[in-house]
Order: sequence, then structure tokens, then C-alpha cells
Amino acid sequence: MSIDQALHPTVVSPTGFTQDRIGWQPWLEPVDESELSPTQRDALIDAGRATSPYFRLLAHDPAILKARTLTDVDIFYNLQAGLPRGEREFAAAATSRFNGCIFCASVHARFAAHFLDDPAEVATLLEEGVDATLTPRTRAIVDAAVALTRTPIEFRATHVRSLRAVGLDDGAIADLIHAAAFFNWANRLMLSLGEPDASNLSG
Amino acid sequence: MSTDIIDQLAGLTAGSGAEVLRHQREQARAQSQASYDALFTAPDLTGVSPTERLAVATFVAALHGSSAALTHYSSRLAATSSVEIADHVTLLATAAAVAGPYGRFPAGTDLHDEDAPGPVLHLDPATVTTLGRRLSTAFEHAHLLVFRPRESSPEALVALLDAGWSTAQIVTLSQLVTFLAFQLRVIHGLSALDGELA
Repeated sequence: MSIDQALHPTVVSPTGFTQDRIGWQPWLEPVDESELSPTQRDALIDAGRATSPYFRLLAHDPAILKARTLTDVDIFYNLQAGLPRGEREFAAAATSRFNGCIFCASVHARFAAHFLDDPAEVATLLEEGVDATLTPRTRAIVDAAVALTRTPIEFRATHVRSLRAVGLDDGAIADLIHAAAFFNWANRLMLSLGEPDASNLSG
Repeated sequence: MSTDIIDQLAGLTAGSGAEVLRHQREQARAQSQASYDALFTAPDLTGVSPTERLAVATFVAALHGSSAALTHYSSRLAATSSVEIADHVTLLATAAAVAGPYGRFPAGTDLHDEDAPGPVLHLDPATVTTLGRRLSTAFEHAHLLVFRPRESSPEALVALLDAGWSTAQIVTLSQLVTFLAFQLRVIHGLSALDGELA
């Protein structure tokens, strides 16, 4: 059987945005875990990703997968100065909410809630969307992420000034730009190559 | 002039505010460049030709209205094909450019009060004849990814498969379009930030 055909997985679709742990099913055949080449395994960076159908699907083109993964890791996990991790994740969740990626929003809302002192705004974002009433600092972060996410891109000097006014330094603003930009990459891959699956919910 | 493509297209010069900030995330900087190299410079792994890659990149840069990136990708496209083809792709994308993101949420969700229907790109038969079905379908898919990613479906992938794209080639095409969604935003954002740091 050719692998060059679309898959139509049986899933339980989530009914809306959620912080629950949901799964993701591919619409194209991933590389079989037992058939990953050394180059493909190397491109996964984290060996645990060999069990993920998403990363094994992307492993069909290992060169871009590897560079993409290493970009992702530095934008979100390099904690030397810059924007606190929780707010990088909040920007990722806001971008995902605005683009409409239920799966990405679920993962990064959980991360944001874990790292932030006050996780209540994460639930508000998911429930009400990017126009929700938020505290001034979070509002400025969401406004900047949304402006970057629009096409054509609407991020301007006024966003930089608003971010400074709520206490972000230049390195934090650069981190925010990268976090929102990266989720414009991630959301589109997740949305277009498969779908979320809320069966076996493990909250 | 920096050999870093984001520095070039954002107009960042050595020692400028945003250029210096990028070095605090050296791996992100280097791997953003490595991503560009993997998609647009390195030997092809999946059978997507340089002309196909640069044509889609030109199309996506023009859909975003990102002028510096459009100049870059369209001049590279002109070098692998012709100025006429590069101009044709730019005109097609400029005519198809709208404002996003929009789209309907999936049928099973209760998010339909947020549905925002909008245009779906269908290239006309004469254009499909000129470009070929493979590239035409890639452009229609790129338009979906750029403006209404929430309306993605297995049927959109079937259209690509039917037009001759293999599974591995669809992965490459998807990475290429979605990498540009990242790269163009980093360029735009850092350019705005750099202007405030001067």
C-alpha cells in the first residue's frame, strides 16, 4: 500500500478550547517508528519524540525538522534573561487561540498556567478569546502577539512602546516576537497535517 | 552585509539594537538560518525542485505584503526560472492577498459564534494551464495555510496528492510555507523593534 494517500482517522473532536490533555492524529502516514533512519532520529532531537506521530510525520524531511526543533528549543527554553517562560507560553497560547489551533492552545495554555503565578488569565483567554479582559501587562502581550499573527502583519512601534510601558525590556520584547512568530509556524503545521483527538482524556 | 538572511531582510546592521539582541539567542538565530538553508539552499531530500520552492516562497511573501522578502524570493525565483514567471507569481499572489486569519471552526465544535468565513483561492483554468497543476495546487494550499489554517482538512491534502505531491513532498511544502509564516514575522517584528532602539 502506498504511503502517498490521505488518512481519515476516527477521532473524538474537542468541542472547544481546553486545557485538557488531548491527542493528535495525522492525516498523512508518519514514518514508522521502527523504520526511522539515523538521520531522522537525529532530527527529532529528543528521542522521546519517536513515539509522536506528529514528529514522525515531519521526519519525512529531517533537515528542516532538525533546524526547526532547535529553533523552538532556544526560543522557549533558553531562560537566560528575557521574557519569563510563563509569558512566552502565554504568547504561544494567545497566538494559537487567535489562529484557531485547539491542540496547540491546549498544550501551551497548560504550560502557561504551570509557570505563571496567577493561572486564572489562561482560562479566561481560552474561554473568551484574545479580546478578553486581562490585566495591563497580559493585555499588552496579547495585543502584540495578535498584531504579529495577523496577515498582513500589523506589529508596529506602538506595540514596542506599550510593552515597555508594562515593564518588558528589549530582550523580553525580542523573546515575545519570536514566541508569537514561532507559533505561526507551529499552528499551521498542527492544523493542516492532522486533527485533535479528545478520546482517552487524561485531564 | 551580514550573511544572515533575517538580518538582511530586516535591515539589521552589525551592532544595531535588534542585531545585538539576536546574539543573546544564538541558537535560535543560527537555526533560523539553518531552516532557511535547509529549505532554499541545501540539496533537496524529497523531490521538490528549487523553482517550486522559490515560487511558493514568492507567492507567500507577496500574500503577506512583505516587500523586502518578496524582492529576495522573487529575484531568486527569476534566477532559477525567468523574470516573467517571477512577475506572474507576484501578480497572482497580490491579487489573492486578503486579511487573515479567518475561517470556520470544525463542525464538531461549539465555537461557531466565532466563525469568520472568507475567500477560498481557486486559480482559473488558464492559470492552471500556465503553471501546471502541481504548482497551482501548491499555491491554493499556501493560501489556505496563510489565511485560513483553521479550515484545513484531509481533502486539502488529497488535492495535493492528486496533483502529484507525495507525502514527503507535502511535508516539505508545509514546512516551507509555515517556516515563512515564522520568518516574515521575525523580520517584521525585529525591524519594528530595531527602529525603537536606534
